[in-house]
Amino acid sequence: MTFFEVVFYAFSTLMVVAALGVVSARNPVHSVLFLVLTFFAGSAIWLLLEAEFLAITLVLVYVGAVMVLFLFVVMMLDINITRMREGLMRYAPFGIAIAILLIVQMIMVVGPENFGLQAFAAPELHGADYSNTKELGRVLYTDYVYAFELASVILLVAIVAAITLTMRRRPNTRHQIPGEQMKVMKQDRLRIVNMKSETIDSEDK
Amino acid sequence: MIPLSSYLILGAILFAISIAGIFINRKNVIVLLMCIELMLLAVNINFIAFSHFLGDTAGQVFVFFILTVAAAEAAIGLAILVVVFRNRQTINVSELNTMKG
Repeated sequence: MTFFEVVFYAFSTLMVVAALGVVSARNPVHSVLFLVLTFFAGSAIWLLLEAEFLAITLVLVYVGAVMVLFLFVVMMLDINITRMREGLMRYAPFGIAIAILLIVQMIMVVGPENFGLQAFAAPELHGADYSNTKELGRVLYTDYVYAFELASVILLVAIVAAITLTMRRRPNTRHQIPGEQMKVMKQDRLRIVNMKSETIDSEDK
Repeated sequence: MIPLSSYLILGAILFAISIAGIFINRKNVIVLLMCIELMLLAVNINFIAFSHFLGDTAGQVFVFFILTVAAAEAAIGLAILVVVFRNRQTINVSELNTMKG
């Protein structure tokens, strides 16, 4: 068994076990943590496939941002877990049967006889001077530049949508209105009153 | 060396697990969203495996865009979830029946 095989089988086993944990965990917080483990194992597999940039992106963007967002929402919402779990066992045999059927079908299609080493020979590994990030950036900013800009528009739409969905004004909260603050004039706030000057001895009387 | 079929079978197993998860956890919207993320990961493994074995970077570019769209989807999905919970005090799918869908 070569080093590559040891790494592949170790991390793919970890990945499948963690994925089973995601769908079977009782507590949604545990589900999120199992999903984080799945993504870590996935990024190790991607490193094996020489996709270094995407492996790091998966850890930074997915584990660092998206999964933390999931964790925030799971912990913020007060979910009644026992109510959620009822009726679970009724659909479990159906779901497991469909999953097994799907796995058998897919292995018949993508199994070793169609996609083995005879059909697709393993490519030569790149040397130490090869940069996956450089290669990906070269393609991304030339051939796929319009798609890249569209992706930025998608992210902008996501920001706007998420903020407008969750923003609300409760009637009893106090907040600044910057427009009103800017429109204030001197005569609205300041009143000059004419009066006689007072002396100290007039105060004593 | 590890053949391409091993990676594809790994992706297939992950995809099947996430489909089983959608059937099993059909009441909890958060776990449903997590199953969708798992499905996208399984698809991404296939893309990267083919990109490696065919020597073409295009597969990795597609994975990049899938990650972008998945992040946007997760953000909007969770925002909708928060709004639903604020209005209904529940995220149980069987109680979200206002639209009689």
